[in-house]
Amino acid sequence: MREMNGFDEEQIGRLLRLLPPAPEGWVRAAQELPAARATLDELVARAEQDAAFRLQLRADLERAVAAAGYEPSPFIVSRLRRLLEEV
Amino acid sequence: MAVEQTDAQLVSRCRAGDPEAWNEFVERFSRYVYAICGRGFRLAQHDAEDVFQEVFARAFERLSELRSDDAVRPWLAMLTRRLCIDRLRLIARDAPSDPELDEGAIDDVLGQLDEAMAVRAALDTVGDPCREILDSFFCRDESYRTIGDRLEIPAGTIASRISRCLDKVRAELDGRSRASRPS
Repeated sequence: MREMNGFDEEQIGRLLRLLPPAPEGWVRAAQELPAARATLDELVARAEQDAAFRLQLRADLERAVAAAGYEPSPFIVSRLRRLLEEV
Repeated sequence: MAVEQTDAQLVSRCRAGDPEAWNEFVERFSRYVYAICGRGFRLAQHDAEDVFQEVFARAFERLSELRSDDAVRPWLAMLTRRLCIDRLRLIARDAPSDPELDEGAIDDVLGQLDEAMAVRAALDTVGDPCREILDSFFCRDESYRTIGDRLEIPAGTIASRISRCLDKVRAELDGRSRASRPS
């Protein structure tokens, strides 16, 4: 990295402009990952033990997740789809 | 001045399962990852969102594999870069006329973003109200009036406050630079 010494106020302003905030919804979704991960762990564990549930997930993943009492968020659905390939 | 937690300390807290630490982790690096997707790779917003979420999902899953907690930022940069390239390849498969990646230009942008993160860290140390004023003006592109209304300070004084705050950030950066120089 370049030496930070000697930056004038204009350069500092220019550098600050390079880092606008990410959209709030994206940040919130990323912050909710630990909770989503717990949901995924529960769903995968159930899929591993319950062949009927596994079939439901493969037939209609979003509906099966909702029927199991979980919010089928885009993150949960996409991640679960990938994890199910390994089950 | 605010006490700034190092990246390594923050990663260590995440590993220990501190629920607040992950929120702070995302807060600290969200702009960086977002800027790499947007400024570095010029991804469209919906592609950038997918990459952004994937970066943090992988970071969450693989934080324990990080060899040095201090290296979390370059690690995130590499992860984001790889996922952006994957996404561009996917897009190029459907639209092969897209221009080729200019890796040199991307390196330049990433270098600038690293400098911007250093400025950001200095701003965090300077703390509020400077952080809020400079963030509002430079990062959120808010007008003097909007900033003044929100912070309940006269809009006519915003320019001079910005100038004073920039001076504080510069002094903080100078102090860091002196401290990191071998004696």
